[in-house]
Amino acid sequence: MSRYVSYRDFDWLLLVFVLLICGMGVMEIHSATMHTKFAGAHIKQMYWVVAGVGMMFLMSLVNYQALLEQIHWFYIAGVGSLMGVMVFGQKYLGARRWIKMPGGNHFQPSEWVKLILILAVARYFAELRHRELSWSDFMKAAAIVGVPMLMVLAQPDLGTALTYVPIAIMGVFLGGMQWKQGVAVGLLALVGVTAVFAVPRVHVLKTYQKQRLTSFLDPELDPQGSGYQVEQSKIAVGSGGLWGGKGSQTHGNFLPVPQTDFIFAAFSEEHGFVGALGVLLLYFIVLMRLTQNAQTAPDRAGTFVVMGVVAVLSFHILVNVGMVVGFMPVTGIPLPLMSYGGSSVLFMFLALGMVMNVRMRRFVN
Amino acid sequence: MFGRDEKVSEERLTAAQYIILGIFLVLAYGLWRLQVMQADYYSLAAEKNRIRNVPVLAPRGKILDRYGRTIVDNYPSFSALLLRDSSRDLSADADSIAQGLHLDPNEVRARIFLKEDITPDELQFIEAHRNELPELDTIMAHRRLYPRNGFMAHLIGYVGEVSDDMLNLPAFELYNPGDVVGISGVERQYNDMLMGKNGSRQALVDSHGREVGRLGETDAIPGKPLKLTIDIDLQIAAEQALEGKNGAIVAMDPHTGEILAMVSGPTFDPNDFAVRVSRDEWNKLVTDPDKPLLNKAIQAQLAPGSTFKIIMSVAGWQEGVAQTMHVNCTGSAEFYGRRFGCWVKGGHGAVDLEKAIYQSCDVFFYTLANKLGIERIAKYATDFGLGQKTGIDLPNEVSGVMPSEEWKIRNFKQKWFAGETISVGIGQGAIAITPVQLLRAISAISMGGKMVVPHVINPTEMPPGLIEAGHYADVKNVSLDPAGWNFITDAMSRVLLPEGTAPSAHIPGIDIAGKTGSAQIVSLATRAKFKNSDALAQNGWFVGFTPRRNPDVVVCVLFQGGEHGRLAARLATQVIKAYVEKRDRSPQKMTEKPKNNGTVDVGGLWSDPISEGESDALEAARFVVDLPKKRTVLATAAPGMN
Repeated sequence: MSRYVSYRDFDWLLLVFVLLICGMGVMEIHSATMHTKFAGAHIKQMYWVVAGVGMMFLMSLVNYQALLEQIHWFYIAGVGSLMGVMVFGQKYLGARRWIKMPGGNHFQPSEWVKLILILAVARYFAELRHRELSWSDFMKAAAIVGVPMLMVLAQPDLGTALTYVPIAIMGVFLGGMQWKQGVAVGLLALVGVTAVFAVPRVHVLKTYQKQRLTSFLDPELDPQGSGYQVEQSKIAVGSGGLWGGKGSQTHGNFLPVPQTDFIFAAFSEEHGFVGALGVLLLYFIVLMRLTQNAQTAPDRAGTFVVMGVVAVLSFHILVNVGMVVGFMPVTGIPLPLMSYGGSSVLFMFLALGMVMNVRMRRFVN
Repeated sequence: MFGRDEKVSEERLTAAQYIILGIFLVLAYGLWRLQVMQADYYSLAAEKNRIRNVPVLAPRGKILDRYGRTIVDNYPSFSALLLRDSSRDLSADADSIAQGLHLDPNEVRARIFLKEDITPDELQFIEAHRNELPELDTIMAHRRLYPRNGFMAHLIGYVGEVSDDMLNLPAFELYNPGDVVGISGVERQYNDMLMGKNGSRQALVDSHGREVGRLGETDAIPGKPLKLTIDIDLQIAAEQALEGKNGAIVAMDPHTGEILAMVSGPTFDPNDFAVRVSRDEWNKLVTDPDKPLLNKAIQAQLAPGSTFKIIMSVAGWQEGVAQTMHVNCTGSAEFYGRRFGCWVKGGHGAVDLEKAIYQSCDVFFYTLANKLGIERIAKYATDFGLGQKTGIDLPNEVSGVMPSEEWKIRNFKQKWFAGETISVGIGQGAIAITPVQLLRAISAISMGGKMVVPHVINPTEMPPGLIEAGHYADVKNVSLDPAGWNFITDAMSRVLLPEGTAPSAHIPGIDIAGKTGSAQIVSLATRAKFKNSDALAQNGWFVGFTPRRNPDVVVCVLFQGGEHGRLAARLATQVIKAYVEKRDRSPQKMTEKPKNNGTVDVGGLWSDPISEGESDALEAARFVVDLPKKRTVLATAAPGMN
C-alpha cells in the first residue's frame, strides 16, 4: 500500500503558508526579546520549527489508519501520563503540569493528549454509521474527551483543558449531531458556566481563574491586577494604528510576555492593522486549505482527523487573538506557529504531519 | 479502513468553513475597532504609559541671621519605595528587604513607600542590591534641618505637607496637595519666598517605572535665602536664660523695631516634624499644659502686673496729675467700699511718682487710676498699642484686651464699675497683653514716643516693595512731654539699684532702666484655697532697656510661675549683659601671642615705696601672666548647623 504514497501528494502549498506564519513569528520574537533576558529566543524558535518540520515528515510516513487501529492503547497511555503528572508532576506556580525528564527537559503530557484525542474522536465517529447521533453516542463522545479534560482541569490548567472542547464539538457536529441535541447541550453549557461563576459554593474554578476570566469584561475596573494585561494588550494593538508604530508597549515591557501569549499584540503594535490583517489572512488560507484536504480524505476517519486539527487551530486563534483584542479572557493559550515555545510548535507540526498523512493517502484505494 | 463507505456530510463541512470565516470576521473587526477606530485614543494611552512627568524638587531657601549665619539649612534625604509589578512575586524577598531597611516584613508587603528619611547604611543596602532587587528604589528630597534642641523653634516654625484646610485659604490657593509648605512661624510667613518652584522632567519609563531615557527637563528654581534680624549670639543668651522655664523673652532694637532675639518656653524640636510626627508625640505636644507649641512672645495673653505702672505714669504725667501727686501708703487703701492692699504690707510711707515707680507702690497707682478714670487710662494704653496686634511679621499674633467702658458694654452688656479701674491701675483685672506688645510700648516710651513695628525680616537683600507692603518701617509718633518720659525712665533706672524692686539683677557698669511686675493669675485668697499650687503661681514680668537715654536694646521677659518680677529681671539682665559684652568687644592688643597654656611674658618696672635707702630705686622683672578667662566665642551658626 505504501508504494502508492508519494511526496508529490504532499501539501507543499500548505507548508509554504505555514512556514510564512512561522517566519512572522520568528521575526516578532526577535523584535520583542531584543534587549531582554530572552534575547536570542528567535534562534531557538527556528530550531524548533526545523525540528517540527522534521517531525511532520516523520509523522506523514506512519499510516494514520495504523495509528487509528491502535488508538485505544495510545488513549490509555495518554490518560496514564496525565495520572503520572498528578502523582510525580513538578509543581510550578501553583500548578502541576510538567513531568521532569532525565536530562533536565520538561514534558507536558497534556499537549500530546490533544493529538491522541483528535485520533480517538476520529476513530469513534468514523465507526458510527448512522446519519444521526443518538444520545448514547453523544455521551460516549463526551466521555472520551471529558475524562482527560477533567484531569487537566485538576492540574489546574484551564487553558489546555478548554482546547479539548473544540475536538469534541467538531466530532459531534460532523458526526451527525441533531439540532435539538445542539440546542440542549448549548443550554446545558450555559447553565453550567453560569453556575460556576455565579454560585459561590461551586468551587470548580480557582479565584484567580475566575478573576482572569471575568476581568476582561471591564479591564478598567482593575487596571493593575487581572485587567492589567488585557488593558496593556489593547493599548499595544490600538497604538499600532493602520501601519504600525514604534512599539513602545512591547519594548517598554508594558506588554506581558510579548514573545509567547501576547505575540499577536506585539506584532499588531509594530505592523499595524495592515500587518495584523495579513497574518489573519495567512491563518485563514491555512484553515481553508486544511478543510479542503478534509473533503478529499480517503475515508471518514481521515476527514475527522483533519477537521480535528482545524478545530484545535481555529480555537487557538479565536481565543488568543480574541484575548489580544479584548474579546476573550486571559487563559494562557498561545498562538500556534507564532508564539515562542517548543511544545506548541512541535504539537502543531505533528498535527500537520497527520494532515499530510491523510492527504498523501487520498488516492489509495 | 474506517468509514470507507460513507463520506462526511458536505454541508456540515461547508458550514464549518463558514463558522471559521465568521470567527475571522469577528477578529478582524476587533482589530479594526482598536487600530482604526480608536487608534488615537490608544496612541495617547501608550504615550502616557511611556512618558512620566517626574517632579524635580526645589530646595527651600536657607534662613539666616542678621549677619548671614545659618539658622536653618536643608539636607538631602532619601526615601525607600517599592515599585510593584504584577509579573514578579515579591513575597520571597520581603524578608531580606525588611532586614536591610530595619522594617517589619509585613510592612514591606503592604506598602509602596517603605521608609522615609533612611539612614546611610540603609541607602547602602539598596545600592548594593540593585540587581537582585530591582523593584527597590529611592527618591531624594531636600528636607529641612532645624537647629538642635528646639533652638528658636517658635520663631522659625516648621514645614509640613499642606493640609486640606490650608488649601482653602486664599494665601495657599496656588499650591497643590502634597506640597511642603511652612506651617508656622517664619516658615509660614515667608513661605512664598522660601519655597522654590519645582521643575519637572519628562522621563521615558518602562513598565517598572524605571527611567530609561528623558525627553526634556525644566530646572527647579531654588527658594531664596531669608535673612532675619535675629542675632544668633543674643538668641543663644536668651535661650540659655529661659532654659527649662516657662515664658518668653523678646529683645528688640527700639530705633528700627528689629527683633534681635525671641524665645518661648518650653520649646519643641521641629526636626521631629520634618519627617513625620507620630500621633502620640503630637498629642503630647498639644495637650501639654505648658503649651510648648505656642509662641508665648506673641500668643500669650496675660495681665501685665506692675509693668503697666509705666503706662500709668506716662498717662498721669501727660494729664498733669502724677508729677504733683503725693500719697501716704499705709499698706492698703479703701476705694468704693473695698480695701485694696499694697504688696508691702507695712506700707511705703510718703510716696511720690519716682518712689512709686522704683518701689512699685500699689497704693500710689490705685489713687492715680482713681483720679484718671478708665477712659483716660485706656486712651494712653491704646495709644501705646496695648490690646492690639503689633503687626509683627509672624502668623497668628493675638491682640489681647485693653478694657474700657465701651469694651465692657460691647462684651458683657454691663456698665463699667469705677471699682474695676483701681485694679487696672496696677495691671490686673481684665487687662491682658502679649510680651511683644509690652515690649513695643516700653520701647516707644524709652524713645520719647517713637513707636516702631516689630519685625523679624531683615530689610537688606529683600525684594523691593516687601518692607513697604508689610509696613515694617512705619513709625507712629505718640507725643510725650520730654520732661515726663525723662523723669519716668530715670525712676526706672533705680529699679535695679538697692532701693528698687530688683537689686539682685543689677550688673555693675551697665545702665539699665526697667520695671518689674508680678501678676496674679487668681486672687491671693483663691490661691490659698488651692494650697498655693504651683500651677497658680504668679507670673513674673520684666521690661527694660539699656542705656537709659537713646537705648540700643529693649528686652521684655515673661517668666510664667516666676512668682516675682525680680527673677524675670535677672533673666533680662543676662540677655542685656550678652548684648553689651558683644557690643563692647574690641580686639586686645598684645605684644606677644599667648603660648599654648594661655600665658604671656610681660615686663614690669616699679619702685618700692616702703623700702629704705634710695627712695627712687627702680626695680625691674619679667612675669609670666595668666591671660584672663577665655572670652565668649561668638557663634558661627545656630546650634546644630555647622
